[in-house]
Amino acid sequence: MSESAPRSQEFLSASSGSFIVGSMLIALLLNWLPWQGWGLALRPDFVALILLYWCTHKPYRVGIGIAWMVGILADVADASLFGQHALAYSVLAFGGVVLHRRVQMFDLRQQTLQVFPLLLLSQAIYATVHWQLSGHMVWEYFISSIFSAALWAPLTIMLQSLRRLRNHSDQL
Amino acid sequence: MEHTRSFRFFNRGPSEAARLVFFALLSLLLLFVDARFKYLEYARNILFVPVNALQSLATLPSKLWHEAGEYLITQTRLVQDNEQLRLNNTEQAAQLQQLQVLQAEVGHLRSLLAIQQRAEYPMQLAEIIFVERDIFKRKLFLNKGSSANVLAGQIVIDETGVVGQITRVYPWVSEVTLITDKDHTVPVQVLRNGLRAIAFGSGGAGEITLRYTPVNAEIEVGDVLVTSGLDGTYPPGLPVARVTQVERNPAYPFARIACTPLAGVDKNRQLLILTGLPKLPTRPETEVEKVVRKSPKFPHKTP
Repeated sequence: MSESAPRSQEFLSASSGSFIVGSMLIALLLNWLPWQGWGLALRPDFVALILLYWCTHKPYRVGIGIAWMVGILADVADASLFGQHALAYSVLAFGGVVLHRRVQMFDLRQQTLQVFPLLLLSQAIYATVHWQLSGHMVWEYFISSIFSAALWAPLTIMLQSLRRLRNHSDQL
Repeated sequence: MEHTRSFRFFNRGPSEAARLVFFALLSLLLLFVDARFKYLEYARNILFVPVNALQSLATLPSKLWHEAGEYLITQTRLVQDNEQLRLNNTEQAAQLQQLQVLQAEVGHLRSLLAIQQRAEYPMQLAEIIFVERDIFKRKLFLNKGSSANVLAGQIVIDETGVVGQITRVYPWVSEVTLITDKDHTVPVQVLRNGLRAIAFGSGGAGEITLRYTPVNAEIEVGDVLVTSGLDGTYPPGLPVARVTQVERNPAYPFARIACTPLAGVDKNRQLLILTGLPKLPTRPETEVEKVVRKSPKFPHKTP
């Protein structure tokens, strides 16, 4: 089955639904750790990163709909208004799906530069909704998108190697 | 096998832009409905069950760490704590006796003056299960919910002062907005001279500000602020904060007054929920409200 696939996507085929769901659950767990104070301000958004990873690497399996549903769960957990995370993550997923060929062409360093504006945009949407509703802006919030973008390369390497590992075990 | 799916040329469903528009509109609709009406609380309660399970899993390591720390307390530490507590207890017992005498006296005087008696409030102990992970808000979650008769609007205190107010109730969990939250206000009174003011949260960890207090208001650094009880939500006389900084600039109509909360707003694990506060009589309608209610042009709004 991998003969028909392009060379660069050779090991990308081994991503079952359970692996995607598992990675999403772990990202949610990481987001819901008891972060406090500056740790909270600087916390990278793991859920956004994982969503973006799957949207750029498996755009036909994980898309805007799944991002929206994950966003609803995040809204319930954070006691924010229904749709606040959902809107931000839908736009993020749209960006990821539309740009997925471009992102996959680049190496990891260039990918980080492509991914950073997307993460910033989704955070800006969340912050704007909050600003419209309550009338004040929290600027520290945007710092965390730098940390999220910095995590893109290690996260991609980790997920790729995990998927390759699974692929090999499947063939055996 | 999966890969063949990504090579479908036809029947791929609506385009990405159409999907984005659909989900964005859906989100905006939900946002509007959730912000204006309370129709979605039921859905939130249902979704909260799986989310809560995952959240408890996420807070498990830190909880285990706390419990391990409690388990490994040394003997000397326990003895020290015990001594200190006993000392406190003796001191407070003496104070309590005086207080009881004073209370009896005040009760007597109040009955002479025919003023309503101040009641003691029943309360229940609850434990913090997790702290809000959203930088925009200062909230936390307690392990008692509507199954333990907790209602939204009840006050949460610790042994030194007001911590916050319950803003949302789930079946087993309730959400507390801290007094340092930016959207939260407490009607207060200066203990020394009875001056009334309103304390606003600042969004920071340990800061409250008094807004709309005139430049010449008699407030000094070190003054203790207690709840005034004027709104009927907070019972009167609970300590709230201590004034740390007063800045009087005649160029502005109001003084800038910063306070720190007296309660360990960010520290405790156990908190008390005040239940069964007496209801104040409802405020009489103003002339404007009467006109609005009678006129068919302005439909009567329910809050």
